[in-house]
Amino acid sequence: MTATIWWTIAGCTVVTAVIKGVGPLALGGRDIPPRLTGVIALMAPALLAALVVTSTFAVGDQWRVGAHTVGVAVGGVILWRRGPLVLAVAVAVAVTAGLRAIG
Amino acid sequence: MSSTQPTGENDRSASLRFGFRAGLPYAAVGFVLSMSFGIFARDAGFSAAAAIVMSAIVFAGSAQFAAVSIIASGGTAGAAVAAAALMNSRFLPMGIAIGPFMPGRAAWRATQGQAIVDASWAMSNRGDGTFDRWFLFGSTAPQYVTWIGGTALGALGGDLFSDPSRYGLDAIYPVFFLALVISEIKDRTTLAVALAGALLALSLVEVAPAGLPVLAASLVALWGLRRGAADR
Repeated sequence: MTATIWWTIAGCTVVTAVIKGVGPLALGGRDIPPRLTGVIALMAPALLAALVVTSTFAVGDQWRVGAHTVGVAVGGVILWRRGPLVLAVAVAVAVTAGLRAIG
Repeated sequence: MSSTQPTGENDRSASLRFGFRAGLPYAAVGFVLSMSFGIFARDAGFSAAAAIVMSAIVFAGSAQFAAVSIIASGGTAGAAVAAAALMNSRFLPMGIAIGPFMPGRAAWRATQGQAIVDASWAMSNRGDGTFDRWFLFGSTAPQYVTWIGGTALGALGGDLFSDPSRYGLDAIYPVFFLALVISEIKDRTTLAVALAGALLALSLVEVAPAGLPVLAASLVALWGLRRGAADR
């Protein structure tokens, strides 16, 4: 068991370091072709939107909606109406915790 | 928030400072989440030292939870590492995007890439296809410190937030990321790409292992290859 745990830690360390390091290692300091700039500029909206929906509508490899889905949606409305981030987060947390308390 | 925008490469200390400030809210949330990770790892049979070492040298929240939950359910080290790799696969396109802005010797370039975490990467992006690496370093620094501190507290006996979902804390990250997405949406192209990435990821949730849907969403950014996209 202890050996399994330490092998897991070692393995996770290596794969994480490689995944994070390979982009800068291959491309660091290079001039990028203009067309690639267009792709890089669109990475953030694509990846962030995917992170939002998977953390809101799924747990692991299953779709799941729950109290936090409602909380995030309410927080999203506040952000959409240009409310402050701190307020959006506070309301999302309160709504989620409140729904779980009564559920 | 105007004082927390990425700046030019010529002003490193300002970038570090702005990044640090922008990273503080994420560091606070990370503290709570890593505390629950510390408790979770102990329950799965990890020693306190193993939990703390894992947070210090792996430093990737979703991957750590995925790996430990596989160990907890009796899985092998290989299965745990594979799950962690899939969870972290999104850092590959993130590293490719920020890579050109991390110059230096090979070992130093790869080292700089270790500072990539979701929020820092997103905030260090200037929105025009360029990145401010000093902003990234400044933003990741407090998140790294609280990630280790929270793990230590959880692993060594704190159980204040043993179940963060009870307090609704699992709603924090999605709202943070939603705010980041909204700041990225500047025109019809970015809106369409965000919607397409979200739909693609959601459609893959039940058919692909956890982690892959987000990686797949990065492919939507290839829309930027079309002629004239860079001159917008």
